[in-house]
Amino acid sequence: MSPQLSTPRKVPFFRDIRTLKWALQILALLAVFAMFYWLYGNYQENVAKSSIQTDLRFLDNPANFTIPGNDLDQSQPVRDAFVEGFLNTLRVAFIGIALATILGTLIGIARLSKNFMVRTLGTVYVELVRNLPLLLLLTFMNLAVVLQAFPRIENAWLPLDLFVVSNRGIAIPWFIGSPAQLGIGILSAALLAFVVAKIRIRQADKTGKQDRAWLVGIATFVFLVVLIWLLFGYGWELPYVDGRGTTGGLRLDPSFFALVASLVIYTSSHIAEIVRGSILAVSRGQGEAADAIALSGSQKMRLIILPQAFRIAMPALGNQYLNLIKNSSLGATISYFELTQIAQITVGNGSPAVPAFSLTLLVYLGISLVTSLVVNFFNRRLALVER
Amino acid sequence: MITWMRRNLFRSITDTILTVISGSILGYVIFQVFQFVFITGRWEIIQVNLKILLVGRFPEELMFLVGFSILATCFSIASLASGMNRPIDQPPTLAGKLWGLFQRFGLIIATSAFLIVLAGDMAAVLFGAYVVLSIFAGRLFGIARRNTPLKRLPGWLWVAINATLPLVLIFLTMGQAALEEWGGFLINFYLAVVSIALSFPLGVMLALGRRSTLPLLRWLSTAYIELIRGAPLFVLLLLAGVALEFFIPASIAPDAIFRAVTVFTLFTAAYLAEVIRGGLQSIPKGQAEAGKALGLSTFRITFLITLPQALRNVIPAQIGQFISLFKDTTLAGVALSVFDLLNVGTAITKQDDYLGQGLIYESLAFVGLLFWVGSYVMSRESQRIEKKLGVGIR
Repeated sequence: MSPQLSTPRKVPFFRDIRTLKWALQILALLAVFAMFYWLYGNYQENVAKSSIQTDLRFLDNPANFTIPGNDLDQSQPVRDAFVEGFLNTLRVAFIGIALATILGTLIGIARLSKNFMVRTLGTVYVELVRNLPLLLLLTFMNLAVVLQAFPRIENAWLPLDLFVVSNRGIAIPWFIGSPAQLGIGILSAALLAFVVAKIRIRQADKTGKQDRAWLVGIATFVFLVVLIWLLFGYGWELPYVDGRGTTGGLRLDPSFFALVASLVIYTSSHIAEIVRGSILAVSRGQGEAADAIALSGSQKMRLIILPQAFRIAMPALGNQYLNLIKNSSLGATISYFELTQIAQITVGNGSPAVPAFSLTLLVYLGISLVTSLVVNFFNRRLALVER
Repeated sequence: MITWMRRNLFRSITDTILTVISGSILGYVIFQVFQFVFITGRWEIIQVNLKILLVGRFPEELMFLVGFSILATCFSIASLASGMNRPIDQPPTLAGKLWGLFQRFGLIIATSAFLIVLAGDMAAVLFGAYVVLSIFAGRLFGIARRNTPLKRLPGWLWVAINATLPLVLIFLTMGQAALEEWGGFLINFYLAVVSIALSFPLGVMLALGRRSTLPLLRWLSTAYIELIRGAPLFVLLLLAGVALEFFIPASIAPDAIFRAVTVFTLFTAAYLAEVIRGGLQSIPKGQAEAGKALGLSTFRITFLITLPQALRNVIPAQIGQFISLFKDTTLAGVALSVFDLLNVGTAITKQDDYLGQGLIYESLAFVGLLFWVGSYVMSRESQRIEKKLGVGIR
């Protein structure tokens, strides 16, 4: 036996694994710092050379441009334009996420249908859309559908006399009254409907009858909305063609329509695949158990499979929502005035590029963080608690 | 047939209604597409601009280099595919083999045939014949490897030999023509291939960094990955377009294509890192512990045991990342004014001969066809590889 084994020799510090580990990390950190230092130095030098602002003071300068469909004044500061762009991004994100989820879920279910035709339709849709670039869909929607296939305002399409569809946008019926009133009315109705649904569920737990909580909840909601509407005398305004434009109702920009439509089409094809995968991932025994207690096909889907599938799908769905929000920046390519477009215009008007785009990136980062927090919250609520 | 119909189409009344509705939608769409493709579509805009759409203003006298690159790539792929050890589940009959080939390559063959018909001259037909010839030559070379002493060549050397020829030719081509003369589909393809090749090592390093036991490395990698994943690609491209020259000395001010490659590489690396991290997490601990028991160093355990298995497990996800990069290369066109396929596609409708004739459908359909075939074939191949590797089954 060699004596070294029993009496450990002291390892020199430059071969000590702990020293080496820290040396490696500090080296990496130094490399990153050096790179940033170099970049920052170059930036300072270049900025000084051409005397460009490096801070956010440009936000107070007058914007010098207007946003269509908005009463933003030319002399208002850039800050207000950014806020308006942020709101427009949120608008697209909310509507896009809601519509894409509904459409994607329907198509995901259709792809698993026993009916050959429905299945084929779903597969064709998913395979067609998923393999096309989003920008291509957006360009198509903008140039080919909105600007070319939609009629001029003189011979606008008037489906059911409720909508006005032309290449100047789509006008839909809308409430008369301030958005705040509308919001409060809808919110209170939703709250009451939620309470009613909860009560139904509690009763059902006691009596063992079917709760039909969704049905009752939605019925309550609709009833309350109509009630509030009648009581407080809100109007309901139909749009009509008026010379070179439309009057009444809510006018949706053509670019807004093109952006939302292409985002919904694109994202729904991805969501459909997620939903399909999640339905397949629900263990077979669940469906068989539903068959065994003689639930109907739709009951089986609604009450047994889909709730469990959404639990599985939640993280992947969250990713798709984030993608949709980030992809809404493509609105800038078709002049929809969302955040990126505002940043691009202000930079074109002489605002400093680096602070303006950094601000934009930070806002997107913030939206992404908030969205993933919300998704994680729901994910934790829904996740199966194991042992 | 009748039973099949009753089972799959007319199971109940609601089912019949659904069949009629979706059937008529499907029929309407198919009818419209046929009418557009064969009757109402005016395809001469594509025919006239075919070269611009595919390669942009690439110099005519250097086109043979592009041709040779394509031929060499076909040769290599064919020889690699047939030179590897024969898969066990080979379909037994000739008809089965042909059907398998048709399923895998039918779409590409059809698209190539379509392009040749569009080009409509002898050179295109000849080139098609050369491609077929080079594929056959590649197959023969591959088969030769299986049946001669070449068999003893190690696998990596075989791959290296095959990859050298096309890579040399591609780099030669790139060196010969100035990047400003590139355009069309060539740009999209080039951006995608170069960016994925560059982002792969970076992605592996980031993934290892994020799983590292060293806290500083972990934090740095995590911060990088999360920051990039929270930012829209389009804004990053815009930023690179107007702000990159502030950060690096003016002497190496890069052109638009270089900027695009930089952004795509840095962006894809973050996503690739997450994919690879998923693969690393799927490897059971026992693998690394077995390596330790054999007295291997951490470096060897990572690069000989865990990483190869991890990469194999996530091949489909990596291909998925590549597909989305391929589709995202269109963003470079708008953000950096690169003349990529989509940009050319919208620009040709504004030519004097075609302005205001509503030919946007034709040109976008052509652009969409190329992207669709590329992505679809790749996703089919990834599913096939997934099945072949038996991930999750073994």
